Amino acid sequence: MESLILSIYVFVLAVFIGFELITKVPPLLHTPLMSGSNAISGITIVGALYVANISNWELPTLLGIFSVTFAMINVVGGFLVTDRMLGMFKKDKGGK
Amino acid sequence: METYIELAYLFSAVLFILGLKKLGSAKTARTGNNYSIVAMALAIVISLVSAGIIGPTQIIVGLLAGSLIGFVMAKRVEMTSMPQLVALFNGFGGIASTLVAYAELIKMQNAGTSPALDISITIMLSILIGTVTFTGSLIAFAKLQGILKGAPIVLPAHQALNLLLMLGIVAGSVLYIFNPPLVVWPLVVLLISAVFGITFVIPIGGADMPVVIALLNSYSGLAASATGFVLGNNVLIIAGALVGASGIILTNLMCVAMNRSVLNVLFGAVGTSDGDGSSDAPGGEQRNVTRYTGEDAAMIMDTINSVIIVPGYGLAVAQAQHILHEMTTILESRGVQVKYAIHPVAGRMPGHMNVLLAEANVPYDKLYEMDEINDEFQNTDLALIVGANDVVNPAARTKKDSPLYGMPILNVDYARTVMFVKRSLGAGFAGEANPLFFDEKTMMVFGDAKKVITDLVKGLKEG
Repeated sequence: MESLILSIYVFVLAVFIGFELITKVPPLLHTPLMSGSNAISGITIVGALYVANISNWELPTLLGIFSVTFAMINVVGGFLVTDRMLGMFKKDKGGK
Repeated sequence: METYIELAYLFSAVLFILGLKKLGSAKTARTGNNYSIVAMALAIVISLVSAGIIGPTQIIVGLLAGSLIGFVMAKRVEMTSMPQLVALFNGFGGIASTLVAYAELIKMQNAGTSPALDISITIMLSILIGTVTFTGSLIAFAKLQGILKGAPIVLPAHQALNLLLMLGIVAGSVLYIFNPPLVVWPLVVLLISAVFGITFVIPIGGADMPVVIALLNSYSGLAASATGFVLGNNVLIIAGALVGASGIILTNLMCVAMNRSVLNVLFGAVGTSDGDGSSDAPGGEQRNVTRYTGEDAAMIMDTINSVIIVPGYGLAVAQAQHILHEMTTILESRGVQVKYAIHPVAGRMPGHMNVLLAEANVPYDKLYEMDEINDEFQNTDLALIVGANDVVNPAARTKKDSPLYGMPILNVDYARTVMFVKRSLGAGFAGEANPLFFDEKTMMVFGDAKKVITDLVKGLKEG
């Protein structure tokens, strides 16, 4: 139970940091924010690697491999499309 | 060894936080995204190394397959389809969390260990949130992609059904938590959650999808966090919590901009398939409007010194962003001051219109948020509204019985001249007629946005 309490501490503090940071992101960037944070939620990959990391073909391992694949689509696709979008945002060259 | 691994995970979490911080400004946003990429790569490498090996081949296969699919999807997607893509990625994140939790559960079952209370609770949460995110996102994707019709699909006794499903989820979870060896209950909860994800999203109209995507974004973060609780891994908890917070903030912003409560969006079953005003003008009013053509509009453009453009989703549907940018380039070369006013709900997801315009090479320092620009309309010669309606409807300020009443709008009616480029006189998504159409200073130019603006550009070049 003690470790649960510690985890809850970490979670609650991280939520507060999240609120502080995200409220400062201008609406201009809300779509890249969404796709980028979406890619971050692919952090589940860490858990997926953990459960898939056994050399057998039993059910948990299979689920783990599917999980690795799905999470990786989320991670790679999410970061890449965010970078693509952010690369399109340009300032006026004239500099008026 | 264990300590180093923990420290490395901590470093990864810090990088995620710094990455999000840098997303706060357009100048540093790309660097911020790179920080997050490094953080993720680090987390993946640590996970592989901490297992003592580079991993069995099946892991490598999964990593490569996922990377390849993600790569192709991200490279191919059209910017107008961004909401669908984000919905789909959300869903994949959700199902990944579910699978991890379920695999962990079977592992414990096979090992004959009975999980502690906190573990069994978080496993159930992970399965529930992950699965609802998955099926809910698939429905949102299908609606946005046009596979399912966008209009709300309401089953008989829909709310009662949802309530029943929720009760089923709670009952199944409780049965498992107090009798962990029975691995069948988590499966039951998983299946009910899958159905609930569907019934949760199908009654929500296409125009409300920005809210749904933002909410599902939040859920996918919470699912990752729950998985972090199961595995006792802080980087999952922190990264998931950051995403959870982000999604909630965006959900809230969208609701405020639409003048609706979250509950109304989720359970109100409001609206038709989309909001670009294809319905007929209500009330049978026979008031006169002043109709103009693209050439007429070009003549007006010759006389102005300043213009504020209000783009709506109709602009993107007509694919008129590029020709619009060409028009503004001509105007600017003649000394006309050009600005864009972006309403928070312009587009199909938060911030969508900015991306669509950036793709058409519009510099981002010409894009202004509503609060920044609303005071400037009164000193502007022309407000040009392309494919938008409700977000500039003055009825939102005065007409107390209107569904729009109280919604924040762009003050285009304060400009000296107002020009609408629009397909018809139809009311917007909210079904409220726009009195501005009939105002003396308003010019209505009917037609497809791309064709009208092409004519306009032609007129400008000749004139």
